[in-house]
Amino acid sequence: MTTLQASSPWRKTAALLARFGLTGRMLVIAVPMLWLLVFFLVPFLVVLKISVADPMIARPPYSPLFVDGSIQATIGNYAYMWEDSLYINAYWSSIKIAFFSTVLALLIGYPMSYYIARSPEPKRSLLLLLIVLPFWTSFLLRVYAWIGILKTKGVLNMLLMKFGLINEPLIIMQTDVAVYIGIVYTYLPFMILPLYANLVKLDDALLEASADLGAGPISTFFRITIPLSLPGIVAGSMLVFIPAIGEFVIPALLGGPDTLMIGKILWTEFFANRDWPVASAVAIAMLLLLVIPIMLLRMAQTKGAET
Amino acid sequence: MKRGLFLPIVSFLGFVFLYIPIVSLVIFSFNKSKLVTVWGGWSTKWYGELLNDPQILGAAWISLKIGVVSASLATVLGTIAAMVLTRFGKVRGRGLLTGMVTAPLVMPEVITGLSLLLLFVAMEAAFGWPAGRGMVTIIIAHTTFCMAYVAVVVQSRLVDMDDAIEEAASDLGAQPMRVFFDITLPMIAPALISGWLLSFTLSLDDLVIASFVSGPGASTLPMVIFSKVRLGVTPEINALATLIVVVVAIGISISWFFMRKKVKT
Repeated sequence: MTTLQASSPWRKTAALLARFGLTGRMLVIAVPMLWLLVFFLVPFLVVLKISVADPMIARPPYSPLFVDGSIQATIGNYAYMWEDSLYINAYWSSIKIAFFSTVLALLIGYPMSYYIARSPEPKRSLLLLLIVLPFWTSFLLRVYAWIGILKTKGVLNMLLMKFGLINEPLIIMQTDVAVYIGIVYTYLPFMILPLYANLVKLDDALLEASADLGAGPISTFFRITIPLSLPGIVAGSMLVFIPAIGEFVIPALLGGPDTLMIGKILWTEFFANRDWPVASAVAIAMLLLLVIPIMLLRMAQTKGAET
Repeated sequence: MKRGLFLPIVSFLGFVFLYIPIVSLVIFSFNKSKLVTVWGGWSTKWYGELLNDPQILGAAWISLKIGVVSASLATVLGTIAAMVLTRFGKVRGRGLLTGMVTAPLVMPEVITGLSLLLLFVAMEAAFGWPAGRGMVTIIIAHTTFCMAYVAVVVQSRLVDMDDAIEEAASDLGAQPMRVFFDITLPMIAPALISGWLLSFTLSLDDLVIASFVSGPGASTLPMVIFSKVRLGVTPEINALATLIVVVVAIGISISWFFMRKKVKT
């Protein structure tokens, strides 16, 4: 008797749920769905709502959306961002820094991915492991390490002066150059991994055919290898560009007071100025900027999965 | 053609670039002098100071607790999401779920942090929960972005896996839940472990999201490191970084060893 009952607890639960018109399947789907709706999707609606509120000295520090049954919305925060050159400059500067960092990461990452993909097996796995390894150690501490290297009395200047390559220390810390170094350094593995995944599938026969038909190595590279690895190039580039746009830690630690990036602006609006509505408007503006790169990334990923 | 040399040289320099900061952290953690770049001889005194710093130790403990709880929750939720996306066929809301699972992966941290904080504040005003912010809100935030990573890892494992065994089990009369716990779960266990470890690492490392959703009394390790590092280079932090590097290197070596063994048999 007892064994029979114990063997079918799932059946019993299912029968109980069916009485309320629920299937086990629906419950299983509901768990991650509800979690993400509440903690991922709804928060964006809250940001959108607060971005059209007025800042107020209150707790929480913004005006309510509904007052006596009517909607109180303002585009004042967006207008303020549009008129104040600080925000426009930060916007452009973020795009510029993210773009050139992506190009640099591609220029370094492409030959590395190609080299790893063409390496024989035990070596290939080891090199790949070496790419992933830094990712498992603290990102914050690795960015911090660059301070010790790049500062005026840092390791780099010390070595360069010792070997007589320079007489005056290079000023790199607290400039945009340090931010570029930090971003390329941090996101290089994100560039290499999708490129590697793509290049490792490259068929040697195509390269040989191209050579047999009389194309030189350079011509083969630009006309066969590059076009075939395009999904990898796009995916890798977007994986660098997207997080670089919103980056806060790198400009905060390595950049100077005049390094403008929207991630840092959002942080300052929120933590220093306590202006939640403007911070929300900055977040919405940043999201709009990322719509196209995110769509490109998804396209590249579905294309990469097909081939 | 010089291409024969070009690739190895560029790759070598690339690897040097990736490892120079880590090497420099480790070396200068043993420097006697407080001026990080002036070599004052070998010393382990910064390790001693690190282990006697109650602020860092307290924050490390908070971070570990948050990491374990969020990684575990994220593994459960992420696995369920991956199951729904790979094994449930065309269900209603599938597109929405796919979007919500992948979006946190590319969302800038400042946006995730700000939006969750605003949600928590609005929820507190409406229902009185969560009362204030602290460990609970950080755990919710970390679970949300980590479950996306778990879902991706588990999903790729489920796609590669032959579902004939699962079908055989249900043909033989096993209930869906039994099929999952007796057949699917043991087969995807390695993916769950890597998903958990990845989530734990991400949670332990997160500064931005935690800063937004944290409250008084719940400063995580990255938050304490950041406040110290902003004032300049401190050898104590180098010692901490070296310990983390050693732990990670040991962990990776062990998993490397086991994976090699598995491939051989």
